[in-house]
Amino acid sequence: MILLKDVCKTYELGETPLKALDHVNLSINPGDYLSVMGPSGSGKSTLLNMIGLLDRPDSGELYINDIATHSLIEEERAKLRQNNIGFIFQSFHLIPRLTALENVEVPLMLSKTPKHERREQSMKILEQLGISSRADHLPKQLSGGQLQRVAIARALLMKPSILLADEPTGNLDSRSGSEVIELLEKFNQEGITLMMVTHDVQLGSRAPRKLQIIDGKLSEVEKHHAFS
Amino acid sequence: MRLVDYWEFSVPVFKRHIPRTLLLTLAIAIGVCSVILLTSLGEGARRFIEQEFSSLGADLLIILPGKKETQGGAPPIYGTTTRDLTLEDVQAIEHISTIDKIAPIIAGTALITFQNRSREVITMGSTPAIFPIRDLTLGEGRALPENSSTQHVPVIVLGSKIKKELFGNQSAVGEWVRAGDYRFRVIGVLEERGESLGLDLRDMAIIPVRSAEMLFNSPALFRVIIQLSQSNSEAYTEQRIRKIIAERHEGKDDISFVSQDSILSAFNSIMLTVTAVVGAIAAISLVVAGVLIMNVTYISVAQRRHEIGLLKALGATGLQVKRIFIGEALLLTTAGSVIGMLLAFSGIEFVRWYWPDFPIAATWWAVISAIVTAFIMGALFSWLPAAKASKLDPILAMRGFS
Ligand SMILES: Nc1ncnc2c1ncn2[C@@H]1O[C@H](COP(=O)(O)OP(=O)(O)OP(=O)(O)O)[C@@H](O)[C@H]1O
Ligand SMILES: [Mg+2]
Repeated sequence: MILLKDVCKTYELGETPLKALDHVNLSINPGDYLSVMGPSGSGKSTLLNMIGLLDRPDSGELYINDIATHSLIEEERAKLRQNNIGFIFQSFHLIPRLTALENVEVPLMLSKTPKHERREQSMKILEQLGISSRADHLPKQLSGGQLQRVAIARALLMKPSILLADEPTGNLDSRSGSEVIELLEKFNQEGITLMMVTHDVQLGSRAPRKLQIIDGKLSEVEKHHAFS
Repeated sequence: MRLVDYWEFSVPVFKRHIPRTLLLTLAIAIGVCSVILLTSLGEGARRFIEQEFSSLGADLLIILPGKKETQGGAPPIYGTTTRDLTLEDVQAIEHISTIDKIAPIIAGTALITFQNRSREVITMGSTPAIFPIRDLTLGEGRALPENSSTQHVPVIVLGSKIKKELFGNQSAVGEWVRAGDYRFRVIGVLEERGESLGLDLRDMAIIPVRSAEMLFNSPALFRVIIQLSQSNSEAYTEQRIRKIIAERHEGKDDISFVSQDSILSAFNSIMLTVTAVVGAIAAISLVVAGVLIMNVTYISVAQRRHEIGLLKALGATGLQVKRIFIGEALLLTTAGSVIGMLLAFSGIEFVRWYWPDFPIAATWWAVISAIVTAFIMGALFSWLPAAKASKLDPILAMRGFS
């Protein structure tokens, strides 16, 4: 359960303050599948980072599983992030000197899990995503689709309740793009909350809940207005 | 993160930046090595002096004429003479049971002439006891006669250098030389031997003490060196001597004592201070290494902004990020310390091999403080850049800005 109440984020840029998030109210239930669309610079990434606790609202409240995150100290927010939130980015963000497997393991390493357990869990998830044969490859030896699968494996490893994906298919061709989306949807069907920013109307319309941001203002597209 | 995780996470970083890693390790190694090596040299010097003293023979007690109050600190080398100490005083104390050997000394310079060659020479009047006490050995001839303290005997023992300068390769024993107004027959030449406590024994001449009294026209003794028959009898002997001399000097306690122990402990504390100071100066190179660590850590933080942002997005706390960078600095410090120690100990072995007479030795306190200093530097100087890393905004860092 995620709850945003009047969340605002303003960037002071010279004379005119820029409202990246303008009184955003949103409630997300466990297992929801939401897409976020909107023009470039409208505040989509800002919203995702806010929910992912990478950013703090200037005003308003943000609850994750009934925890008032806006009043937590940084270290507590890191813990909450580690245990509840999985991030997937447009540009993968893998550590270049680590192999695919080692990259997947990083969140477990940060949470002090012993090595053999780490290996086991990471291999299992790589197998699930169909890239276990690439476990020992470095990121530079993998294709874009494979890189994104590694990133997804890493995001899923801690069994988060929320998966936040910021344009996960932005760097992929349409075929591997839809493969990645199908993967994410599969995990959503298993119960993970999925929130995905996308520019692709077709992809966006697959989500039961469609959010739209324009100039920091959030609105939800009603079901009967759905794109067809 | 567990300790082994920090290790496994950081080692690939070092592998990617081999020159930088090696240079930093080298800088730390040089710092640790120089602290250990220089303090070991200082410790060697201290032991060298200690050895020199003990080669003089243990349990020496020296009487100086004149009274000088000593309360700790260095003993008086030159007392202010109030009343002369004479050979008669020495005869009055030589029966004391704890005295093994006693050598009164009158010293001065005399012009010694052989044929047309002459040299101004420090000439020491003494008794045969001076030879064992100061560990003097004869290259040829014999030592002073037994009656040196009772009558003028015109004989002289020359230092090896004087002998060479006056006689060249010609034999000297049996020849007559002039010293001031008197003629002396050469009866012995000292063996070639280095300096002993700053006194170049090769450059001296020794004559009977009664003859020196005549030559320098004064009965005043320069000092009296006593070899004790058993150790730890300094206090008793000193007390007995003071009593006898006071009786002979109208109740005046006008002599001073220097024991070998007191000189040695004074030298020891001087050398320890010198060693510590030298070590502290060498530790400056560790500070330089520390600045280098800071520099490299800053570069590393800048280069790995993406990674830092990502780690935070994956749930790393600021503390964990800080530990990664401080940990990397400490890993390099460990490697540098180990290499520095190896270098230092091989340096010490080399000195031992090259200069076997010099008792160079590593002191445990120097080794420990070198390593502790290195670690403090590593932690201290990586702290600022690591703190900077821990405070990076994850979103900006991941986008490549800071
Ligand atoms: N650190 C920052 N400082 C100042 N302004 C910022 C900062 N980050 C974002 N902004 C501004 O906030 C607004 C929203 O940014 P955001 O990244 O959320 O856009 P977006 O909807 O994700 O756009 P895109 O579709 O291009 O990714 C933009 O106008 C941007 O200029
Ligand atoms: Mg964006």
